[in-house]
Amino acid sequence: MSQYTNYIGKPTNRVDGPAKVTGAAKYAAEFNVPNLAYGVVVSSPIAKGKIIKVYSKPVLKIPGVLAVFSHENVPNLAWFDRNYKDDVAPGGSPFRPLHDNEVKFSQQPIALVVADTFEVARYAASILEIEYEEEDHETDIELKRTEGFMPGRGKSGWMPPPPPRGKPDKEWKKAAHRIEHEYIHGAQHHNPMEMFATTTEYHPDGSITAYDKTQGVYNAQQYISKIFGLSKKQARVVTEYMGGGFGSGLRPQYQLFMSVMAALELKRSVRVTLTRQQMFSFGHRPYTLQYVKLGTNPDGTLAALQHHALHETSRFEEYTENVVNWSGMLYQCDNVKLGYQLAELDVYTPLDMRAPGAATGSIALEIAMDEMAFEAGLDPVDFRIRNYAETDQNMKKPFSSKRLRDCYHQGAAKFGWEKRNPRPRSMRDGNMLVGWGMAGGVWDATQKKSAAKATLTADGRLEVSSATSDIGTGTYTIMTQIAAQYLGLPIEAVTFKLGDTDLPEAPLEGGSWTAASVGTAVKNVCEEMGKKLLKQAQKMKGSPLKKAKFDDVEFVNGQIRLRLDPDQAVVIRDVLQASGKEKLEAETSATPNMLKQMQHSMHSHNAVFAEVKVDEDLGTVHVTRVVNAVAAGRILNLKTARSQVLGSIVWGISMALMEETIMDHKFGRYMNHNYAEYHIPVNADVRDLQVLFVEEEDEVVNPLGVKGIGEIGLLGVAAAIANAVFHATGKRVRTLPVMIDKLL
Amino acid sequence: MNPFTYSHATAVDDAVRDKASHHDAAYIGGGTNLLDLMKENVERPTHLIGLNRLPLTKIQNDPEGGLRLGALATNADTAWHPEVEKRYPLLSQAILAGASPQLRNMATNGGNLMQRTRCYYFYDTATPCNKREPGSGCSAIGGYNRIHAILGTSQSCIATHPSDMCIALAALEAVVRVSGPNGERTIEFADFHRLPGNAPHIDNTLRPGELITGLDLPAKGFEKNYSYLKLRDRTSYAFALVSVAAALELEGNTIKDARIALGGVAHKPWRDTDVEDALKGQPATADTFRKAATQLLQGARGFGSNDFKVELAKRAIVRALKQATEMKQGPTEAFLNSNP
Amino acid sequence: MSTSSTTKRGVMGAPAAPPPTSTVTLNINGVDTRLQLAPWTSLLDALREYADLTGTKKGCDHGQCGACTVLVNGKRVNSCLTLAVMQEGNEITTIEGLGTQEKLHPLQQAFIDHDAFQCGYCTPGQICSAVGLINEGKAHTEDEIRELMSGNLCRCGAYVGILNAVKEVVDSRSNEVKR
Repeated sequence: MSQYTNYIGKPTNRVDGPAKVTGAAKYAAEFNVPNLAYGVVVSSPIAKGKIIKVYSKPVLKIPGVLAVFSHENVPNLAWFDRNYKDDVAPGGSPFRPLHDNEVKFSQQPIALVVADTFEVARYAASILEIEYEEEDHETDIELKRTEGFMPGRGKSGWMPPPPPRGKPDKEWKKAAHRIEHEYIHGAQHHNPMEMFATTTEYHPDGSITAYDKTQGVYNAQQYISKIFGLSKKQARVVTEYMGGGFGSGLRPQYQLFMSVMAALELKRSVRVTLTRQQMFSFGHRPYTLQYVKLGTNPDGTLAALQHHALHETSRFEEYTENVVNWSGMLYQCDNVKLGYQLAELDVYTPLDMRAPGAATGSIALEIAMDEMAFEAGLDPVDFRIRNYAETDQNMKKPFSSKRLRDCYHQGAAKFGWEKRNPRPRSMRDGNMLVGWGMAGGVWDATQKKSAAKATLTADGRLEVSSATSDIGTGTYTIMTQIAAQYLGLPIEAVTFKLGDTDLPEAPLEGGSWTAASVGTAVKNVCEEMGKKLLKQAQKMKGSPLKKAKFDDVEFVNGQIRLRLDPDQAVVIRDVLQASGKEKLEAETSATPNMLKQMQHSMHSHNAVFAEVKVDEDLGTVHVTRVVNAVAAGRILNLKTARSQVLGSIVWGISMALMEETIMDHKFGRYMNHNYAEYHIPVNADVRDLQVLFVEEEDEVVNPLGVKGIGEIGLLGVAAAIANAVFHATGKRVRTLPVMIDKLL
Repeated sequence: MNPFTYSHATAVDDAVRDKASHHDAAYIGGGTNLLDLMKENVERPTHLIGLNRLPLTKIQNDPEGGLRLGALATNADTAWHPEVEKRYPLLSQAILAGASPQLRNMATNGGNLMQRTRCYYFYDTATPCNKREPGSGCSAIGGYNRIHAILGTSQSCIATHPSDMCIALAALEAVVRVSGPNGERTIEFADFHRLPGNAPHIDNTLRPGELITGLDLPAKGFEKNYSYLKLRDRTSYAFALVSVAAALELEGNTIKDARIALGGVAHKPWRDTDVEDALKGQPATADTFRKAATQLLQGARGFGSNDFKVELAKRAIVRALKQATEMKQGPTEAFLNSNP
Repeated sequence: MSTSSTTKRGVMGAPAAPPPTSTVTLNINGVDTRLQLAPWTSLLDALREYADLTGTKKGCDHGQCGACTVLVNGKRVNSCLTLAVMQEGNEITTIEGLGTQEKLHPLQQAFIDHDAFQCGYCTPGQICSAVGLINEGKAHTEDEIRELMSGNLCRCGAYVGILNAVKEVVDSRSNEVKR
């Protein structure tokens, strides 16, 4: 008999699928609680200056308008910066909504108008008169090239670049082949489909439930608790479904503050939803200038590698991400210099956006590697394999596992790379130039402390819970699979709950660590539950498991049975019924095994192969084929994992060809702040995309052997496409995205 | 969005009367552009006159051998109408290159002519714009103007007309039928939209209160040799950087008649009849097309970020004329090929 | 060095009273639903905020994303760019009217089977759009489906799954499919 409850790894339909396809899944702005008021945010038209006056009076006379909140009348709140710091706040002084009369960036929230209906609030907000004193602003990083500084205080997870090793300058000058180029990409905004919203339900006892759009309910809870002086009991935060995050929901956004503030002041439930334009008012992937110098020895090994990055941050926080560090570990090179600087501008603080830092750094490094291979007359895959890093030279540690070589080989084979004519402009399809390019990437495998709870009821149903998130990543599904497998229950009998501060604490969903972290907690709690079940089973009359130790039994197909004699089994449902208990409960947490992990460098890897077709006369590029080979440890669900990587490829196409937020420096304002002019791919932009998972075992990263899949798929995609464009046309575009005007 | 009242019009006369009796009234057909702009506080009518109960949805043959398109027929119904597909495939192709299926199901033919520009600054009330607020200045000149005009610009405005459908209508020399307080009249398509000059807030030559009731397509549809080529920043659901409606009448390889209309380059669909006349009698070759393209773009100038449009437009004209000559695609799949 | 100037923003004239509401009857999923609405309420807001049908999503409120797609008389439209008062007398179908979790519409099942979504926020709009696409009968090939599903953005990038899900249902309804 097959072990049908072995769910891990199987392509499994999303357990939240039926709720999502029927519209039953409720997102933050969809909790229509009674007596709800609506808040609309008024944003600053200027980039820098002072608010002289907010003329609230005329607006307050409009029937239905309940309040106008601004710095002029915001209630007394927490005073210290630390109260406004969230778990992932960078160094500096966090932005406080409605705090004072300072305008620090364009589209800064200046006021909140609350009314009985959304339409009245929107209208009143549109006519609220505000007087400003404008000051000169600086938003152009091109003018700050010489004013970069090394950040003093990063945020959690940020590592300053390692010190230089070897003689990077000298060896570069001596190298047989050399390249040095600058690479640039502009700002990008996360733009999840769901606009940020919070529905704050006000309860008669003064407590609140905030239905918020956040990637971490605990982070949001501690933020509002500290600001508004609420106890954790008084401030529950719920995010059952989230319409996309990509990092935008890591930090509590200002609609949470606004909604909670208004609800507490008005003692009434209040919903605040941002507009799509306001989705461009907080956090973005920073505009980044990068400079790469590479040199090779006659045998094609890297003689020297230098990678420097300068990106924007705000005046009030030092946003940091790991842009260049990857370049010191992805390839073997003994002469390396990495540099990283920030420049302050009058913009909002940038914000982690899918594969923060790595997505940016890999564009420069991997286009440069392609240029270097071309210069040295080497095949790009061959060149990378010649420089394969067997250890992490940054950390001087072995990798816990690294199957990148297999990514290169398997990806190349699936793509048909051996048929590539290395000469640019040599391949054609009718009138179109065809280009084949490749690139690769690396991302962290991280585990964070997480807790989970399990309840098994007499009807044989298991509920497991943890306050993690599912931002579309598949958390609901993989946790259900893990729980079902570890307790040997049919998947239909298992429910996983998340996104609620009433549940055990879990970290923010980000950094690709959720599967590893929460997954291990779920495994642990199910093992706890298993032990309790075994104890009860042993109490049963004539139990065949009487003398069994926990390691002697397995939980399979709804039974507990002896591993060595599977016929000796009891049915799990019967155990509970025999015990006379209505339910069994277990709660535990999982922490990383630091002893083991400290000795290793833990990463996922990928290799991407892309085909483009370029209409040279018209400058149009279509990505016709992509193969993305990923080594990310154990894959928990082939279906949802594949979707994550497919989505990453679409993101890569977007970064390579169309996505960019345009700032008009005269106004210090992003101008294409809508979905019509901020282009992300549509269905017609996406053709043949293939995902390949390279088998990889890893006993160090966590007991499940998973490395996470949310970011790694994005790495290398944009560079592979840019490299393919060069192969097709002979034109090297170093300022992404590659748009029509750059190819004419 | 400001407060407004709403009334359903049931007859054209009622609609026109209703409009005349309100100070800040606007007609609303599909609403796809007007409501968008009202939510941005760019348009602020205090009364809306709903048109979708007016009997103006028919598409029918007219006595002169042409086709009359009701002003309230949707873009989708027009594009997929058998007579349009058969006799005016250029129009089908252009319509289907625009917007999205959902928007084409809502947007009306009359409304398509009334679309306002996609200029970032026009849409953002935080910035000056002469079209939105006459006299406040043009932010696009000296600003970010990648999507802006290169032909027929003025010192007060470099916005473009955003429609695809209208580019084909210009090439086909449609006639706009309107009804107003002083009765009915017709407007040649070339005269319908205007250049910005020093009054960029005025997009067209409609007189106050006038309502578009229909479009007349002349008998000549160029159904044998045509192409609508649209170049944009993604494959679909994006406004044109440059588009070309090309239509040829060929005798063997000799051009008997030609029409070239450009989109994305000016405040109105751009045509130059001198260039079209010069094509007559010429062989349909790349050389001929290149000459025409150069001539058409003679007066063009960029404003910085849109400099590339001058060259792009030339190449697009050559390609569109080539496609029109060769006609490798059938009309039904033609819309897929509007992106080469 | 800093220069400054004062500027007043938001000046849009004297405040006016909100428009009065009236009873608007919308036929939603086969049920005549009476709502008290002012003219300025969009069909989308009427559904989400007044009729408590939150399956229809607001992704941009400007007709640029397709998340709000519903069917009006069987045709797909963006419910954010039409007023509720304009839709009296029409048959409106939302995602809630297509199927239930117990009895899914074939497209809903196909979207699950092909993992044609991740966060799920664009999904109701995608599915309603696909129903409209099938009603139109113009999309047969993969290219045609891609093009005619391009009015619905998906930031998660689930387009491969969406194509395959729609194609499966299109194919099952037509024997003359060409690739």
